[in-house]
Amino acid sequence: MTAQLYLDGVTRSFDGFKAINNLALSVDKGELRAVIGPNGAGKTTMMDIITGKTRPDGGEVLWNMDTDLTRLDEARVARLGIGRKFQKPTVFETHTVEDNIRLSLKAPRGVFASLFHRSTKAEETRVTELMDQIRLTHLRFEDAANLSHGQKQWLEIGMLLAQEPQLLLVDEPAAGMTDAETMETAELLKSIAGERTVIVVEHDMDFVRALDCRVTVLHQGSVLAEGSLDYVSGRDDVIEVYLGR
Amino acid sequence: MKASMTRLIDLRLGLFLAALFAVTVLAPLATTLSSSSPFNLPSYLIPLMGKYLCYALLAVALDLCWGYAGILSLGHGAFFALGGYAMGMHLMREIGARGVYANPELPDFMVFLSYDHLPWFWWGFGNFGFAAVMALAVPGLLAFVFGWFAFRSRVSGVYLSIITQALTFALLLAFFRNEMGFGGNNGLTDFRDVLGFSLSAPSTRIALFVLTAICLAACILIARAITISKAGKVLVAVRDAESRTRFLGYRVESYSVFVFTISAMMAGLAGALYVPQVGIINPSEFAPANSIEIVVWVALGGRGTLVGAAIGALVVVALKSWLTATFPDLWLFALGGLFILVTLALPNGLLGLLDRFRRAKPAPKEVPA
Repeated sequence: MTAQLYLDGVTRSFDGFKAINNLALSVDKGELRAVIGPNGAGKTTMMDIITGKTRPDGGEVLWNMDTDLTRLDEARVARLGIGRKFQKPTVFETHTVEDNIRLSLKAPRGVFASLFHRSTKAEETRVTELMDQIRLTHLRFEDAANLSHGQKQWLEIGMLLAQEPQLLLVDEPAAGMTDAETMETAELLKSIAGERTVIVVEHDMDFVRALDCRVTVLHQGSVLAEGSLDYVSGRDDVIEVYLGR
Repeated sequence: MKASMTRLIDLRLGLFLAALFAVTVLAPLATTLSSSSPFNLPSYLIPLMGKYLCYALLAVALDLCWGYAGILSLGHGAFFALGGYAMGMHLMREIGARGVYANPELPDFMVFLSYDHLPWFWWGFGNFGFAAVMALAVPGLLAFVFGWFAFRSRVSGVYLSIITQALTFALLLAFFRNEMGFGGNNGLTDFRDVLGFSLSAPSTRIALFVLTAICLAACILIARAITISKAGKVLVAVRDAESRTRFLGYRVESYSVFVFTISAMMAGLAGALYVPQVGIINPSEFAPANSIEIVVWVALGGRGTLVGAAIGALVVVALKSWLTATFPDLWLFALGGLFILVTLALPNGLLGLLDRFRRAKPAPKEVPA
């Protein structure tokens, strides 16, 4: 199977500090991958580089082995089918829950396409389905600002799904969630993987365990270890930089 | 399903349009009554009311880009003035040989400044249609180019506000110069007629007033149509969470440039309607304080409401007319005080206050003591 996302030799420094240092990562289509690492390991910068927010100083970032992501801006990358969930839940607070989903639905993104857009039956059905999937149907007409933290996290995941991305980059989805919500979120992400590729950045070890997938440990901007959670958490160097604290 | 549909004309807009229609019909009628009638309206008030409606249109234009897309322009007076100059140039050309110097080709100020031919940028302004197109195209083009550079470089927030302020200040200085060819300090004035109708005739004044009301209604409907479309929702999304919008695949700068340009064209239209009713356009219209005043109108009326912006403009301008006539020294204090009052007590403006009362009513606990 060929890699859907392939990074090699990626480097990026900020004011002399190497946030990403010769990073190599390969994620297969349909895979669920967890990325862990201490603060400052470069997890968010890695996401920024993949999604076109930050340009690397050097190295390759390839999509389906043929598209160079380093040349594209955020909007282009998103339109290729890469969706991103932020660490802090970021939704459109003054829009209703359903409008948040509607704006995210896969559709032409140009100004004039949006200006003359008419909602279709298929779109409405999709909105209803997604509302069910993220369990916010009862809050459909509520402003997103009135949602709880966990509900916003779910809404943002729903917005991601509405984009119908091939790859989801999910930054700390369990932050601020209750234990029950955390486990539900893990189940949701596992159910999405397979059909779509999912990369989860996470701190919460219980959550990572629940994901039950291959784990990449980042440290000082490069990969320290990769393998099952049991394998990486058994390694001395990983324990030293991260787990042992 | 039905609840998700937003109507083009909701109750608020409907009431506003009805009131506008009533004033537009009744005010000209009232000028025809005998002067002893209590309902008589002196005809000199018609252009004054027309001027107010121009300001309301200008406020709607700013609200479209500030209230919805979050682009706080402190230079919208520049687009208004450019539209005004475009119309003023036509009115100057229409004076023809009736000027003081009786030169059929050159406006008076050019003769005075010893021009021997019409500068190229005055070509075509003898034609009303051309001038009308320019009144929209010049502000629109400036906003497009300015916005393209600013938004593509991701200049936003306070920085954008400051450079829009700098833009209008730069134009103020430029238009003050005689060499610019727009009449310098004195601007353009002494207009006689438009399309052959005397500007001082009551019927022309009424026609201009009615035309302004129609343009205000049309623009507020266009703005409303934009804001309830999916594109309008994207604009609000940009305002609330710009990066989220980008990562959904929307190119934020395209949306910002679009709304900024439309808004500037509406401001230009307001300026073009303003000049024949006021009879003069000069560089003071570019003054930074003018642009800030527009922001006060919109903030007072209620950002992101369109109708509120128009009402805010009417209230503040009426207050200004009254205060500058009765207590001339107080006006600037009143303006500053209004700004503080709105910021502290009325974050959603007058319309927000109305909404609060309306929502408070059914809940018995919230009845004020």
